[in-house]
Amino acid sequence: MRHIISILLENESGALSRVAGLFSARNYNIDSLTVAPTEDPSLSRMTIVTRGSDEVIEQITKQLNKLVDVIRLQELTEGQHVERELLLIKLLAEGNDREEYKRLTEIFRGKIIDVTDMTFIVELTGTGDKLDAFLRAVEGKNILEVVRSGTTGIARGARRLEV
Amino acid sequence: MELSGGEILIQFLKDQGVEMVFGYPGGAVLHIYDAIYGQTDVQHILVRHEQAATHAADAYARVTGKPGVVLVTSGPGATNAVTGIATAHLDSIPMVIITGQVSTAFIGSDAFQEVDAVGITRPCVKHNFLVKDVHDLAVTLKKAFYIASSGRPGPVVVDIPKDITDPAIKIPYEYPKTCHMRSYNPVTKGHPGQIKKAVDLILSAKRPMIYTGGGVVLSEASEELREFTRLLNYPITSTLMGLGAYPGTDRQFLGMLGMHGTYEANMGMHECDVLIAIGARFDDRVTGKLDLFCPAAKIIHIDIDPASISKTVKVDIPIVGDVKNVLQEMNALLQGSQRPDSDQLEKWWLQIQEWRAKDCLAYDRHSNLIKPQYVLEQLYEKTQGEAYVTSDVGQHQMWAAQFYKFDSPRRWVNSGGLGTMGFGLPAAMGAQLAKRDEMVVCVTGEASIQMCIQELSTCLQYGLPIKIINLNNRYMGMVRQWQELSYEGRYSMSYMDALPDFVKLAESYGHVGMYIDKPENVSAALDEALQMKNRLVFMDFITDQTENVYPMIQSGKGHHDMLLSSDRELA
Repeated sequence: MRHIISILLENESGALSRVAGLFSARNYNIDSLTVAPTEDPSLSRMTIVTRGSDEVIEQITKQLNKLVDVIRLQELTEGQHVERELLLIKLLAEGNDREEYKRLTEIFRGKIIDVTDMTFIVELTGTGDKLDAFLRAVEGKNILEVVRSGTTGIARGARRLEV
Repeated sequence: MELSGGEILIQFLKDQGVEMVFGYPGGAVLHIYDAIYGQTDVQHILVRHEQAATHAADAYARVTGKPGVVLVTSGPGATNAVTGIATAHLDSIPMVIITGQVSTAFIGSDAFQEVDAVGITRPCVKHNFLVKDVHDLAVTLKKAFYIASSGRPGPVVVDIPKDITDPAIKIPYEYPKTCHMRSYNPVTKGHPGQIKKAVDLILSAKRPMIYTGGGVVLSEASEELREFTRLLNYPITSTLMGLGAYPGTDRQFLGMLGMHGTYEANMGMHECDVLIAIGARFDDRVTGKLDLFCPAAKIIHIDIDPASISKTVKVDIPIVGDVKNVLQEMNALLQGSQRPDSDQLEKWWLQIQEWRAKDCLAYDRHSNLIKPQYVLEQLYEKTQGEAYVTSDVGQHQMWAAQFYKFDSPRRWVNSGGLGTMGFGLPAAMGAQLAKRDEMVVCVTGEASIQMCIQELSTCLQYGLPIKIINLNNRYMGMVRQWQELSYEGRYSMSYMDALPDFVKLAESYGHVGMYIDKPENVSAALDEALQMKNRLVFMDFITDQTENVYPMIQSGKGHHDMLLSSDRELA
């Protein structure tokens, strides 16, 4: 099962490596990991997408909680939540493909943010599934470069992750 | 008070009540060693290898309950300490390890004696710090001591770059009496609802079993455990780490459980209907094959570390909290309760007596070779069970655990989780330095002792009258035993040729050496050695090479599937 774990942790050097090290040392999977400071610069918020049985996820959350730098965590997938990922894709866009990619970008509600006579850069946000679908829709041979941010997310409604 | 970083460190240790630091100097810590010079508040014990400093500090912590403190230099100083740090980590021993680091300006430049100590130690510490500003030094040290000794204890590394301790930079110092960390607040009190549920289940048991571990020792809950166990009249077993928390000579005690546990303890685990796990972590050496673990039991687990609960074995009633607090609450509830079914308990005890009658630790008492079990039995009798016993790792460790009956906690010092050969002698130093007037014995083997043999020199320097029981079978005994049982006797690399003459070796370090190769001389030799109150005595016992540790649960087997010494004779 896929799980999204949101972590609030001290914004200190080494905090990221403690989390990443925990996953490798205990043989847990990381599908993606994003991290950045919050509105309070002493705090970082991290989002980890992982997979495992309920028992494994329980252990992961317990082991994360045990890290001294971790203040609080929340399993987003336990409740209603919103998740988003950013995709930047550089496409070889020549001839008829230019119109096609413009149309596809509109359908997926993306933006073309850089244009040269040969290339487009498309910016797209959404769930991982939506980004996957876009990648399937554009022709493989024309994809020059892909960068994805990894999933980040937030709980809906009153549920909050706070100190 | 204006002090340099080096002076702050020493003043802090004094203010924190640290009496003793185990260490070894080097370039990155020279400012600190200069601050040590000429002061008498904090005694520095100079070891011969940084690994020994960590083991000695670890043992100091195990026998006193206070955090052990280590001071080593950067680079190799730090890497040599890693084995000892990992040893303490797996056994949850409170320690603060101060490692020197190259100056902040040189960090990351592959400078002389530079390693990323924080990175290297990260997976084997409870937490670690790199001090980047001398103004943070005192509060970082305070946090280190707080983290090391609260919650589930463990080692904490504080890496201090050389410029932080620069004697030219003096800043105001005040001892930080407390520290607060928003991200670290260990739970101590158990949940009252869970405790009530557990007590109800405990009282409804027909075939109960109490299984305790090192957490009882760490939480100083020995008294509470005794009260709990006696109130219930339930059988109790202990892990290797928990020995002594409940008296080893008590009628209700079934001995150690697990891979080399007693027949009655392991059978009791297999047949019980309610298992009460207290401060134990269901280690693989204890559980055997997980699918076969306590098949009939509802399991209650009391532990301060939530991550220990349901990690390997799913439990029915988890209680997160300090063992001492939780047992106090439980005892209060039990005081007011009636034991429901004494007939059932009677039947259970009869069954246990039947298992006990197997006498699973029996060995050949008529051999003309020295049996290691006999040496330990004699040691136990002659010290009346009151010695502080450290051990190395292997067969001798298991025999010590089986044959030396500990009636009090903090007397049995061994590397249970990591299984670190080389632990025994430096651990004995730490124990002896903590308990100057007590008898400290190191039970070891000729392979383990050579992993930290250089510490005989430290023992002379500080006049440590440790008694070393070297059970010398000329094999890495436990490796040989596994090779005999699982590899058809192909003794690959488990035999060590060219052993030193341990008597001469001990003598060359300024100690007393004894060579004992006949069973009839064991008793007199021990008497003689134990009477030498002020000398370290190295007793080299030449033991039966073929002796194995029994009972044994081979890997992949359940508790009920034990190999007994009698099976071997039949085969």
